[in-house]
Amino acid sequence: MSAALQTRNLCKKFGGFSAARDVTLTIEQGARHALIGPNGAGKTTLVNLLTGFLEPTSGEVFLKGENVTRLAQHQRVKRGLARTFQINSLFADMTVLESMTLAVCERLGFGWHWWRPVGDHAAAVDEAATLLASLRLADVANEKTRNLAYGKQRLIEIALALAAGPQVLLLDEPAAGVPTSESRELFETIARLPREVTIVLIEHDMDLVFRFADRISVLVNGALLTENTPQEIARDKRVKEVYLGEALDG
Amino acid sequence: MAIIPSPVDLAPLRRAPAWRTAEYICWLLPVAAYFLFPTSLSLLSQMAITGLFALSLDLILGYAGIVSLGHVAFFGVGAYAAGLLAKYGYGDPLLGLAIAGTVAAAVGYLSSFLVLRGSDLTRLMVTLGVAMMLFEAANKLTEFTGGVDGLQGVDMKPVLGLFRFDLYGKTAYWYSVAVLFVFFWLARRIVHSPFGLSLRGIKQNVIRMPAIGAPVHARLAAVYTLGAAYAGVAGALLTQTTQFVSLDVLSFPRSAAVMLMLVLGGTGSLYGALIGTLVFMTAHHFLSNLNPQYWQFWLGAVLVLVVLFARDGIMGIAQTVIKRVRGKA
Amino acid sequence: MTIIFDGLAAGMLLFLISVGLSVTLGLMNFVNLAHGAFAMLGGYVCALLLSRAGVPFLLAVPIAAAVSAAVGVVLERTLYRRLYGASHLDQVLFSIGLNFMAISAAHYFFGAQQQPFALPDFLRGQINLPGLDVGIYRLFLIGIGLILAVGLQWLVSYTKFGAQLRASVDNPRAARGLGINVGRAFTLTFALGSALAGLGGALGIEMLGLDPSFPLKYIVYFLIVVAVGGSGNIKGSLIASLMLGLVDIAGKYYLPQAGAFLIYVVMVIMLIVRPQGLFGRTAAK
Repeated sequence: MSAALQTRNLCKKFGGFSAARDVTLTIEQGARHALIGPNGAGKTTLVNLLTGFLEPTSGEVFLKGENVTRLAQHQRVKRGLARTFQINSLFADMTVLESMTLAVCERLGFGWHWWRPVGDHAAAVDEAATLLASLRLADVANEKTRNLAYGKQRLIEIALALAAGPQVLLLDEPAAGVPTSESRELFETIARLPREVTIVLIEHDMDLVFRFADRISVLVNGALLTENTPQEIARDKRVKEVYLGEALDG
Repeated sequence: MAIIPSPVDLAPLRRAPAWRTAEYICWLLPVAAYFLFPTSLSLLSQMAITGLFALSLDLILGYAGIVSLGHVAFFGVGAYAAGLLAKYGYGDPLLGLAIAGTVAAAVGYLSSFLVLRGSDLTRLMVTLGVAMMLFEAANKLTEFTGGVDGLQGVDMKPVLGLFRFDLYGKTAYWYSVAVLFVFFWLARRIVHSPFGLSLRGIKQNVIRMPAIGAPVHARLAAVYTLGAAYAGVAGALLTQTTQFVSLDVLSFPRSAAVMLMLVLGGTGSLYGALIGTLVFMTAHHFLSNLNPQYWQFWLGAVLVLVVLFARDGIMGIAQTVIKRVRGKA
Repeated sequence: MTIIFDGLAAGMLLFLISVGLSVTLGLMNFVNLAHGAFAMLGGYVCALLLSRAGVPFLLAVPIAAAVSAAVGVVLERTLYRRLYGASHLDQVLFSIGLNFMAISAAHYFFGAQQQPFALPDFLRGQINLPGLDVGIYRLFLIGIGLILAVGLQWLVSYTKFGAQLRASVDNPRAARGLGINVGRAFTLTFALGSALAGLGGALGIEMLGLDPSFPLKYIVYFLIVVAVGGSGNIKGSLIASLMLGLVDIAGKYYLPQAGAFLIYVVMVIMLIVRPQGLFGRTAAK
């Protein structure tokens, strides 16, 4: 099995500050791979480097074996890499169905169609509707996104990423700010995603991480501390120290 | 196997591009105006032309969110292109429109590389700078443009070889209204297409668009080029119907005025551009006859009030009112 | 040599007028295109004090700055502060609206003609050096400009007020948490920007003239200075102004047929090469 996503000596500097130090990481095809680490460890920076939102100072990113370091974000999405944002990044004044159709249109290559109305692109509309139904969002499909409850918006955040038809999905704290009861539901949705989709997860709730992930990487100060199975990570003293240190500092 | 109906109601999305009754009525107004105000046809033609210009700005600002203080550049390029063509013997109006639109689009495409980088503030200044450059160029290249005296000798052939431009401005009026309608109809198709939806996406959330696979820069360059072509056609219309090009077609006040009309009417609805133009030019016609200075004062005051209290313009107010009325009924 | 000197003087005048814009735009992140209206106000106050009330020039200029500042405070409290969070486009539209109102108000009260203006005797005349004619007033402008540049740099970079202001702009909530009166810091800064505009307007009548079209006639020049110098950067504004003055005067002398074209070319190229301005803080965040 080849790796879904790989980085080689990835570095990112902001002025004198190193947000990513020499990160070499391999994420296997079909993995449920969690990235954990204390606040400010550089988890979101790493996601931004993987997706092309940020350009690395040095190092390389490979997607299914292809070097994508120089590719723009949308070109990586076309090659099957999608993400969600830690803070909701939605289309506030569109209906849910509109924004989903927008995303599906982009994937199907309809984005340049300028003559036929959106509604006539049945392939895109139907797929958007099916996806919404599968996420139990059918009843709010024609609501404006901004009028929805936060938990629902969080779900749409994931739905938009899924609409891009990802083979690798990066979830940046998908349950951030969602009440516990709803976050269980959210994770059930994520757990139901097909096994072919490789998932990289950033999450603070360790319960969720240990139940969900089959592989965990620990980031500290922008560098990779260790990578292992959940069982080994749970036993790792260094990881405990890192989190204990944070608790003491905080 | 029975077809399971989708639980998602697709009707609102499918219905969105359908023409509404109010729109049909709206497009009967120019016909009515022809019979009601037969002595004001030149003013009415100006309204149609300026309406097309405002529409072109709505495409780039209202739909794609590109701010510009120099949109007049493309209006002026179109106006001079059409004028020079007619002066040197190619006086067919439709050919003139096509070439003027193409030239303006080319200038728009080239300048999009300058404009689309940077923040809103940089865009405001670069667009302003490009327009000022063109203004100065037209001002100095007197052998081509006539400079401050304007371009004389614009000789137009009949529209479609049939309709001469007459002294009363009848042909000019119908020609302007027809061109406005055709381009409005085209713009309406475009904004309801997936391409149009992606522009709205870029305006609402430019960060998310690349993350769902959209090439943001290319889309913006495309709509900027389209808006430039529209503005160029509007400029060409002005040249053809007045058979004259004044340096004023590239002036900053014209840029500011078209922005004002659009904001007054409301951005991002196409009709806002037309309504804003209509209200602005009607007010201008009556008030500036009373006193030109007062006109500018009230213009400024209205602009300040719109920004502070009615950011969605006349269309926004109308929608709020309609919602209230329907809510009570 | 005389060209260089005149260019420097013109540039210094430009600096005097536009540095206020650089302050409001750079420090408060507000695009105040009505800056020229505040300059015009200062100009009218100064011209009227001189011609109707017989106030001496050196007293009229600070009064002009004070009046502009006072009007600035009133407008800031009532109108401008509602738009601090608004988009740059809204700010631009709003301040263009103010410009229109100011222009027609000036028309209404003072008429369309140029205001008569005469410098006091001690600022008139020239010093003739070998190969160089030095206008005394131009020398005076250069002096004032330098003093202001140093004073402002000190105010923003080294005083407590400057630090509070920079904190308020970078992060208003955190600044409030530290006990900084953010609203007051903004009001004072706006007053400072308006005062500088009024000062520049008063000092500029001699070279730029004064009529109701002033706010729009020169707005492009102010914007160029800010764009090239980098907003909020006093040293940058100074150098940009001087460059612009030199290019403008030299251009008019050597290439009169190009007119203002050169200036716009310089501006657009600058904006494209260095969007943060020639001396802007690149990647401050």
